[in-house]
Amino acid sequence: MSLLVKNGRVIDPANTTDGVQDVLIAHGKIERVGKRLEAPAGAEVVDAARKIVCPGFIDIHVHLREPGHEYKETIATGTRAAAAGGFTAVACMANTSPVNDNRAVTDYILATARADGTVRVHPIGAVTRGLRGEELAELAELAEAGCVAFSDDGACVMNAGLYRRAMEYVLPFGLPVISHAEDAPLARGFTMNEGVVSTELGLPGAPAAAEDVMVARDILLAELTGAHVHIAHLSTAGAVRLVREGKSRGVRVTAEVTPHHLLLTEDAVRTFDPNTKMAPPLRTKRDTEALLEALVDGTIDCIATDHAPHALAEKEGEFDAAAFGIVGLETAVALLLDRLVRPGLLPLATLVSRLSRDPARLLGLRGGSLAPGAPADVTILDPDTEWTVDPARFRSKSRNTPFGGFTLTGGPWMTIVGGNVVQTFGQRGAAVRAAAEGEASL
Amino acid sequence: MGWTRKHLLTMRELDASEIVLLIDTAASLQEIATREIKKVPALRGKTIVNLFYEPSTRTRTSFEIAGKWLSADVINFSAGGSSTTKGESFIDTAKTIAAMSPDVVIVRHSSAGAAELLARTLPCSIVNAGDGAHEHPTQALLDLLTIREKKAHFDGLHVAIVGDVAHSRVARSDIHGMRKLGMTVTVAGPPTLIPPFVQELGVKVSYRLEDAIRDVDVIMMLRLQHERMTNGLIPSLREYSRYWGLTLEKLASHARPDVLIMHPGPVNRGIELSPEVADGPYSVILDQVTKGVAVRMGVLLLLAGSKGEAP
Repeated sequence: MSLLVKNGRVIDPANTTDGVQDVLIAHGKIERVGKRLEAPAGAEVVDAARKIVCPGFIDIHVHLREPGHEYKETIATGTRAAAAGGFTAVACMANTSPVNDNRAVTDYILATARADGTVRVHPIGAVTRGLRGEELAELAELAEAGCVAFSDDGACVMNAGLYRRAMEYVLPFGLPVISHAEDAPLARGFTMNEGVVSTELGLPGAPAAAEDVMVARDILLAELTGAHVHIAHLSTAGAVRLVREGKSRGVRVTAEVTPHHLLLTEDAVRTFDPNTKMAPPLRTKRDTEALLEALVDGTIDCIATDHAPHALAEKEGEFDAAAFGIVGLETAVALLLDRLVRPGLLPLATLVSRLSRDPARLLGLRGGSLAPGAPADVTILDPDTEWTVDPARFRSKSRNTPFGGFTLTGGPWMTIVGGNVVQTFGQRGAAVRAAAEGEASL
Repeated sequence: MGWTRKHLLTMRELDASEIVLLIDTAASLQEIATREIKKVPALRGKTIVNLFYEPSTRTRTSFEIAGKWLSADVINFSAGGSSTTKGESFIDTAKTIAAMSPDVVIVRHSSAGAAELLARTLPCSIVNAGDGAHEHPTQALLDLLTIREKKAHFDGLHVAIVGDVAHSRVARSDIHGMRKLGMTVTVAGPPTLIPPFVQELGVKVSYRLEDAIRDVDVIMMLRLQHERMTNGLIPSLREYSRYWGLTLEKLASHARPDVLIMHPGPVNRGIELSPEVADGPYSVILDQVTKGVAVRMGVLLLLAGSKGEAP
């Protein structure tokens, strides 16, 4: 079974390719990339003219909610959402129920993903048992079971001594520790960023310093231990400065940023819409500008969504009682294309790199490249079609997004995992993507 | 110009002419309190629900009396004694009440934004009677009416708002209202009780009571919640009252002889106000309560009354 993607603009940062080429896929792997390739007998041909052909996008920060919170999301629905959003692989956080702090849960996630999943699923194991921050989870066994990183995401490991030991313990596995940088006492009770808007609204805020002190601590611990620390969802100008400084001294620190922290500020909270409530909170314009600059210059290594599905009842009531987080898989790529690439704030090739090559390198995953022999994970973008975000049509089980009603130009057009087309919008070969109408065509 | 809004949610959203209209309307209704029969038919056949999710005596009673003097049917719903103890969500309870076709729902809730939430969910008019630390517009309006009666004007007056500004919805609503009417506002308290960037709301900040009350026309003292100590915001009530409690001695040494002392109540006697100040000649605290009924009549009349009809 082979597939030939013809006439697309191929952007493959791992191989410094950018130009109109054809991509030939066979047996689930990239066979060749080149000009005017012949379709082998029996090959399916995709006309990708005026489309952008990229290595499959990888989202290293999602919450699939299974096991335990299937009313919010399942591995089946979350991975369908990923495919619809142009992602061919996701890494899922450990704050399920039970917590992914032991091999049985990791095995369950991987088995369910094999059975029900649409895209590749890479579990992230907990650092501490039950995410309680008190004692280490069985990190070696989690690594052996297939976890690609360790994180207590959602909670911050406040005990620096314990966190230091976790970093040391995982050194032999070559896997990173991912920090949810939030000093608990400094952030206590917060619902939004601490600043002029929180003062006006009377909502308790978390100062940027609640993030910055933990980023500083974790960089120092990475320096102490030699471990690779990855900072999740960077949101402040101060944290950007700290990561940049750490990198300049050779500390093994990496960082990610979410689309919402790049595109929205605390001003969005003025509506009291619970879909503007997340951790870390939306910050200020100064912060979004620093984050964008860092994404462009490579201080921030990759884009991740922090896809955090919640049921309607958890996100429709009082702001302070609402759950933290928003879904992101089905809007991330289109938002970034429309709001950052189109106005010229972010080069397209950089966007592709931060979504494919860079996250793959960061977690040591196969993929993120269209080199011959690489897994045939391919994301094809349509840069031209205008559509409107309609949360009611999400593949995710949840609709908690502040981006509903946004009109965007461009978005994912086709998602290929292991040589199989798992998502396409409109008729294949035709640039129809009206209101994201196409259902998955497998 | 007339009143066009469906809801009263914040002072922030009102412009000066709307605030003056509210105060004028309230002022014209004050004499009802002096009548032998305290009832006018303005809101006959209208239904008003007091939806109170926080304990409140004065505000709820004030709204209830205001509604009754205007001949509306007033229903009190207090959380704790009803569906909320059965685990029904705020939004579901509100929808249930809305299904009984009230004309106005008056809401008090510990969550900032609760009134906005109802305004975008329910079909009726919403009055914010206090949402978390966000706003309490009718309190600001009664404060303004009290000030105008005592000082005859607003322009150029200087007000000091003293105490726990960070957690005070009264302070926020007062700041917006006073600034829009041309008053100068200084907020004062220990730095832990002053919210960040408060200057951007157009106020001055002082960290010393003696400085804050010098030469001002009005001192608005705020209630100190006792839990501020356990949260590490102040070391002790003793220290707070020593440095931030208003006494006759401090008034005599630093304040003008014609200063007004106001407080949204309930007063912690001996903490933010000494009893001599609370009951003394400068205090207009009970005037505020009286004005409260008039202001709430004015608000209900403008929101629910037939347009242009005098009571």
